[in-house]
Amino acid sequence: MKSGIINKTIYDVDKIRKDFPILESMIHGKPLCYLDNAATTQKPKSVIDSDVNYYTHLNANIHRGVHFLSEAATKAYEDARTKIQKFINASSEKEIIFTKGTTESINLVAQTLGRSILKEGDEIIISTMEHHSNIVPWQLIASEKKAKIKVIPITDNGDLILDEYKKLLSQRTKIVSIVYVSNSLGTINDVETIISLAHEQNVPVLLDAAQAVNHLPVDVQKLDCDFLAFSGHKLYGPTGIGVLYGKSHYLELMPPYQGGGDMISKVTFKETTFNTIPYKFEAGTSNIAGTIGLGVAMDYVNAIGIDNIAAYEHELLEYATEELLKISGLRIIGQSDHKCSLISFILNNIHPHDVGTFLDFEGIAIRTGHHCTQPLMDRFGVPATSRASFSLYNTKQEVDILAAGIKKVIEVFK
Amino acid sequence: MDSELRDLYQQVILDHNKSPRNYKKLENANFEAEGYNPLCGDRIDIFLVVENDIVKDISFQGSGCAISKASASLMTHMLKGKTKKEAEELFVKFHDLITGKLGDNPSLDELGKLAVFAGVKEFPARVKCASLAWHTMHSALNKEEKIISTE
Repeated sequence: MKSGIINKTIYDVDKIRKDFPILESMIHGKPLCYLDNAATTQKPKSVIDSDVNYYTHLNANIHRGVHFLSEAATKAYEDARTKIQKFINASSEKEIIFTKGTTESINLVAQTLGRSILKEGDEIIISTMEHHSNIVPWQLIASEKKAKIKVIPITDNGDLILDEYKKLLSQRTKIVSIVYVSNSLGTINDVETIISLAHEQNVPVLLDAAQAVNHLPVDVQKLDCDFLAFSGHKLYGPTGIGVLYGKSHYLELMPPYQGGGDMISKVTFKETTFNTIPYKFEAGTSNIAGTIGLGVAMDYVNAIGIDNIAAYEHELLEYATEELLKISGLRIIGQSDHKCSLISFILNNIHPHDVGTFLDFEGIAIRTGHHCTQPLMDRFGVPATSRASFSLYNTKQEVDILAAGIKKVIEVFK
Repeated sequence: MDSELRDLYQQVILDHNKSPRNYKKLENANFEAEGYNPLCGDRIDIFLVVENDIVKDISFQGSGCAISKASASLMTHMLKGKTKKEAEELFVKFHDLITGKLGDNPSLDELGKLAVFAGVKEFPARVKCASLAWHTMHSALNKEEKIISTE
C-alpha cells in the first residue's frame, strides 16, 4: 500500500480524532498520546453511544421472545452478523460465529475440529511468531491426542521461512494455524502462499487475524482460508466480542463447542438435536450489546474505508521507522518489508519497563514486555521489547512526541 | 523530571542499575534460587554462602529493569553479615515499604539505603520488579542446603 493513493479530501485525521472522546484526555498533565493500539484500540463515540442506546431502548434476550423488544434486539444482533459477513466477504452469514474474542475463536476450533480429527502422531503447524493464544490451545489438544506441534522458523528480519514450512508439511499435517499479522513484529505474512500449499495436501488453515482486520482489507473468499479469528476490541469495537469465520462445510462437520440454550433445536433427557450453524456454536445468551457495537464499529471503519486507513497507517509507519532509526542505540525488532503500523524496539542498556514508565509521564501509552509471544522473544534473545502501535487516529506529531520521549529516557540513563 | 518519577528513579537507583554491586556467580554458594517474573520475562539468580546461620556472602545475576536490578544490588549490599532471621525480617519490612503498608511517614532507620525504594508504592505495576530479588532470596534460604561438590 503506497502513501500516494490516500485520498486527502476524505482522510481528515483531525476530524477523525474528534470522533474518539478519550483522545482528549490529559495523562500526568500531558495530552494522551495513545500508541498501544495493538493491545486495544480506542472507541469512536458511535460505538459508545450504541452501548447506551442498546441498554436504554433495546435490551431484551434474543432468538426466543415474541415481544417487540426481543424481536428488535434479535434484528440488531443479526444485522451485525451480516455487517461482519460483508466486511470480510464471507459467502454466507451462517459462517460468522460470535465468540468472546480471538482466543476463544481459536480454542473453539482446537476443541471441536482438533478433537475430532487429530490422532496420535498427527501434526499441527504453527510459527515462531505466534501469540500465546495460537500456541497454548494447540498444546492442550495435542497433549490430549498425543499429536505434535511443528513450528515454522523465521529470519532475523522477522519473516517466515517458507522453504522450511514446505518441509514441515506432510501426510501427518492435519491443521495449519498461522498469525496473519504479527502483534510483536508487525510482519504481514504471505498467508496466500501458506494456504495454497496447505490446500495441496488438503489441510485446513486457520488465520489469527486479530492484528490484520483493522489494518488491511480482508477477503476470506479470496484468501481461501478455512477459518479466520479476530477480536472486536482491536477493531474499534467493544471488548468481550470476537468472531470466528469458518467455511460452512467444516462448521457442519464440527461437533458443538459448548452445550446450553440457543445451540439446540430439541432437547429430551435421552438425546439432544443441535441447532443449525452458526447457532450450534453460540450456547447461552451472548454479548448482545457488544455484538451490535461491533457492527457499529464496522460502519465506522467502512465510512472511512479500510484502503484509506491502510494507506494512511503505512505513511505513519514509514515516518515513524525513519524517525526512530535516527536515535542512536535504538534497534527495531522486526524489519520485514511487509509490515503493518507497529514498531517493536529495544534501547541499549535500558529495560523496556523503564522506558514504558518514563514515556507514561510524557502522556505516551506504549506496551512493554513480551507481548504474549515469549518463544519469539527467545528467538531474538531479548526478555522484552517496547512496542509502539499506530492506528487510524494517530499523527506524525505523535511520532515526534514519541521520539522526543525516547531521547529523554536515554538522557536519564546515560 | 516529574517529582513522582524522580522519587521512583532516585540517583542511587540509577547508579546501582548502571553499576550493580555483587553482580557475579558465587561458585561456593550453598543456597541459590532462580526468580522469574512471568509478567515481564525478567529472570534473576541469587547465590548465598551461609555459615553458622550468617550470610557470609551473597550475589546475583540476571536481566531486569532498573528497579529490579537496583533492588537486587542494594539487597546484596544490605544482607551481607546478617543472620537468616534478620534477612527474612528485613524482607517483610521492605515489602511493607514498597506496598505502602508503612504509611506516609514510616520510620526508615532499619531499612537504611533501602529507603530509596519508598517511591515504588506509587507504582503498583512496579512492586513486582522491586521485590523479585527478595522473593528469590527468600526461596533460596528456604530450600535444602546445596551440597557443594569439591570436584
